[in-house]
Amino acid sequence: MEPLIAVAIGILFAAAVYMMLRRSIVKLVIGLMLISNAANLLIFATAGMVRGAPPLVPEGLSAPVGPVADPLPQALVLTAIVIAFGVLSFAVVLVRRAWEIVGADDLDKMRDTDT
Amino acid sequence: MQLAVLGGFAMASLAPLLHQWFGAQTPRVMALLPAAIAAWLLGQWPVIAAGEVLLLEWAWVPGLDITLTFLIDGLSWLFALLITVIGALVLVYSGEYLHGHRDLPRFLVVITAFMMSMLGLVLADNLVTLFVFWELTSITSYLLIGFNHTDPAARKAALQGLFVTVGGGLALLAGFVMLAVAGDSWSLAELVQRGETLRDHALYTPLLLCVLIGAFTKSAQFPFHFWLPNAMAAPTPVSAYLHSATMVKAGIYLLARLHPALGGTELWVTTLSLVGALTMATGAFLAIRHTNIKTLLAYSTVMALGTLTMLLGLGTPQALTAFVVFLLAHSLYKGALFMVAGILDHETGTKDVTAMGGLRRAMPRTAAVAGAAALSLAGLPPLLGFVGKEAMLASVLAAEAWRPLILLLAFTAAFLTLAVAAIVALRPFFGAPRETPTSPHEAPSAMLAGPALLAALSLVFGLAPGLLDPLVAATLAGIGAPASGVHLALWHGLNLPLALSLLSLALGLLTYRYWDRLRARLACLAPLMARGPEAGYEALMAGMVAFAGWQTRLLQNGHIRNYLAMTLLVLVGLVGHALFFRHTFTLDVDLDVYLHEAVVAGLMVAGAVAACVMRSRLAAVAALGTMGFSIALTFVLFSAPDLAITQLLVETLTVILLVLVLFRLPRFATLSTPLERLRDLAVAALTGGLITLLMLSVLSGERLPRISDYMVANSQPLGHGHNIVNVILVDFRALDTLGEMFVLALAATGVYAMLRFHARDHATARPAPPRESDDG
Repeated sequence: MEPLIAVAIGILFAAAVYMMLRRSIVKLVIGLMLISNAANLLIFATAGMVRGAPPLVPEGLSAPVGPVADPLPQALVLTAIVIAFGVLSFAVVLVRRAWEIVGADDLDKMRDTDT
Repeated sequence: MQLAVLGGFAMASLAPLLHQWFGAQTPRVMALLPAAIAAWLLGQWPVIAAGEVLLLEWAWVPGLDITLTFLIDGLSWLFALLITVIGALVLVYSGEYLHGHRDLPRFLVVITAFMMSMLGLVLADNLVTLFVFWELTSITSYLLIGFNHTDPAARKAALQGLFVTVGGGLALLAGFVMLAVAGDSWSLAELVQRGETLRDHALYTPLLLCVLIGAFTKSAQFPFHFWLPNAMAAPTPVSAYLHSATMVKAGIYLLARLHPALGGTELWVTTLSLVGALTMATGAFLAIRHTNIKTLLAYSTVMALGTLTMLLGLGTPQALTAFVVFLLAHSLYKGALFMVAGILDHETGTKDVTAMGGLRRAMPRTAAVAGAAALSLAGLPPLLGFVGKEAMLASVLAAEAWRPLILLLAFTAAFLTLAVAAIVALRPFFGAPRETPTSPHEAPSAMLAGPALLAALSLVFGLAPGLLDPLVAATLAGIGAPASGVHLALWHGLNLPLALSLLSLALGLLTYRYWDRLRARLACLAPLMARGPEAGYEALMAGMVAFAGWQTRLLQNGHIRNYLAMTLLVLVGLVGHALFFRHTFTLDVDLDVYLHEAVVAGLMVAGAVAACVMRSRLAAVAALGTMGFSIALTFVLFSAPDLAITQLLVETLTVILLVLVLFRLPRFATLSTPLERLRDLAVAALTGGLITLLMLSVLSGERLPRISDYMVANSQPLGHGHNIVNVILVDFRALDTLGEMFVLALAATGVYAMLRFHARDHATARPAPPRESDDG
C-alpha cells in the first residue's frame, strides 16, 4: 500500500503548493488545508502501514498480543490534526477580516499596511 | 604573561569604573599595566639576549590544537616592548590631550583593548590565536578611528579601514589554514622550522599570496595604502599609537615572523621588494601634496612601511639588519612626531602647517623635541634614523633583482621624506609668527614627556648605535637571519650610501624651499589622483550596494508566493541533488493493494485535484470534504481508530466553518495568466514529485527499530490505559498535549477577537462589504 499512498501524498502536496501559489486569498486557504492533510498522511504512512492491528491492549492483559501499529506517529498526527484545525480556523477568520477591511481578495493588492 | 594580557582586557572593561574613582588620573593609573609588562619584558632580556626562545604554554582548545601559548623571542620581544612602552606613554599623553573630554572612559576602554590585542598578536604562537588577536585589532582600531562618531568623515574613514583590513583578514585566514595544512602544524614555533617543506609544497603560491594580501592590507601597502591617511580622523594619541608601534606594524610583524618559513623564494623577493619600493615612493610623493600635519605624517608612515616590506623582501642579512634598525627608529620618531602634531593641534587649534609659524618662541621645548624627531625621520646624523637609512640604502645597492628600479624608488622616497621632515619640523616653528585660532602656549609636561623620551632615545641610539647590537642580533634570530657579526655604527666612512644621502639632502632641501610652488603645480594632478586605488574601493562599495539592491528587489519583492516558490525550488534542488547524487536511490517496494484501498486513495486524490480546479466554492468545499473523509477511511483501514475519529470530527467542523465563512468571501477569481499558472504547476509538480520520491526512498531503506516499544509495553502497567495512543497523549507526552491546548486556546481567542471587531465595526455603521449569497 505504501507506494500507492506515496504517489497520492505527492499529488496532494502538488495540489497544495499550486493552490498556495495562487493570488486569490481564498485559494490560499484551500492550499493550507491541503498541505496540512498531506503532511499528516505523510507522517502516518512513513511509519509503516499495518492492517488490522490497532495499538490497543486487550482487556485483562498488560500488553498487546502480537505486533501492533506504531502508536507514536499516531499520537503525533492526532495532535497535528487538531492544531491544523486551530490554524485553519484562525486563517479563515483572518482572511475574511482582511477581505472586509481591504476589500480585495488579490494578495498583490494587499501590500500596504495602512488600510 | 597571558594573565597580564587577559587582565588588560578586563581592565579595559573596568575603565569607566576606574574613571569614577580616579577621575582625570585614570589614564596614568591604567598606564601602569603596560609599564609593568614592559618592565617584565625588560627583566627577560638576559634570556632573550642569549638567543633563547620562551614558550609560555597555555592550553585553550586542546581538541582543536588551539593554544594561547605565547612565543617570546627577539622579534616578538622587540615588538612587545615597543607596544607596551609607547602604549604607556600614549595613555599618559591622552590623559592630557583628551582632558575633560566627555568620552574619555570610552576612549580608555578601546585603546586598552587595542593595546592588549596588539600584544596578543605579536606574542601568540598559535595561528588561530594570532588571527583572533589580528581581527581584534581591526575591530578596536575601527572604534578608535571612529571615536568622534558625530563626524561623518570619521565614520567613513573607520568603516573604510575596517573593510580593507578585515577583507585582508579573510584572505589571511585562508592563508593560515593552507599554511597549517602545508606545514602540518598550527604553531609558529614549529612552522618556522619547516621552511624547506613549506617552500616546496604545492600550496606555497596560493598560501603566500593570501598571507601577503592580509599583511599588505593591514600594513597599508600599495594599492591598499589609502585607508591609513584617512584613519587620521582618529584623535591624535590614536594616530601616534596606531602609526608608530602597532596596528600598521602588525602586517610587518607577520611578514618578519614568517620570513624563515616562507621567505627567500623568487616570488617572495620580487613581490615584497617591488610592492615595498612602490609603496615607499607613493607614500613619500603623496605626502608632499598635503598641508595637514597629520596627513603628512601618515603618508610618511606609508613610506616607512613600504621601506620595511622592501627590506624584508630583499632578505639579505644586511637588509634584515636595516629592517630591524629602521623599524625601531621609525617607531621612536613617528610616535614622537605624532604626539608633537597633537600638541600643535591642541595649542594652536589648527592642523595645517601652512597656517603655523614662529612657534619656537612660544613652545621652545616642543620645537626641540620636534626637531630631534624630524632629524631622525629625515635620516640625518646623529640620530638613529640616519643609521637606518644608511643601512637601507646600502642593502638596496646590493639588491640582486630589479636594482635600478628599486634604487630609483628608494632614493625618491628618501629625498621626499627629507622634505616632509623639514616641513613638519621647520614650518611651524620658524619664520614669521602667524595668527592661529588659539594662542599657543608650551605644552604641559605630561604631554611633552612621551615625545621627549622617544626623541631622546632616537638621539642616544643614534650617537651610540653599538648599544643596539645585541638587540638587533636577538631580533634577527627571530627573523631567521644569521645573527653573528652585527655591528652598527654611525660613521661608515665615505661610501656610496653616504653620497646618496648627501644628494638626497640637497634635493630634499630644494623640495622644501620650493614646496609651496611645487604643491600648486601638483594640484593639476588631482584628477589623476581621483582615479587612484581609493576610487576603486569606492566603486567596489557602490557596486556592492547596487548589487545588494538589485538582488533584494529581485528576491525580496514583497510577493509571498514568490518567496514560497523560491524556497521550494531551492529545497527541491538541494534535497533532490542529495537524493540522486549523494545517495544511491533504489526503488525496492512491493505493491500489495486491495481494491477497496485503491479506491479510497483514488477518492482522496480526486478530491484534492477537484478542490483545485473547481470554479465554484461550494464544489471546492465538497471536494475537500471528500478528501478529508477518504483520509479518515485510510486511518480506519490501517489500524488508527483514534485518528479516524479525530479526522472525522475535524473534517465535519471544517466543512461547517468553511460553509459559514467562505460564502462571505469573494468568488474565485482568475488572477493569473496561463503562463504563471504553468510556472506554478511546474513548481508544484516538482515539490510533489520530490515528496513521493523521498517517501519511497525512506520506505525502501532499512527500517530502524521503533522507539515506541517502551510505550507499548508500559501503557497498561504504568499508564493504566488500554488505548496506547491515548496514554501517550495524556501521560507519556502530556506536555505536548498541554502545548496543543494552548495553541487551540490562542487560536480561539484570535478568532473570537476578530469576530468581535467585526461586530463593533458594524455597530459604528461601517459600510458592509459586498455580500454574496449564491455560490456561483
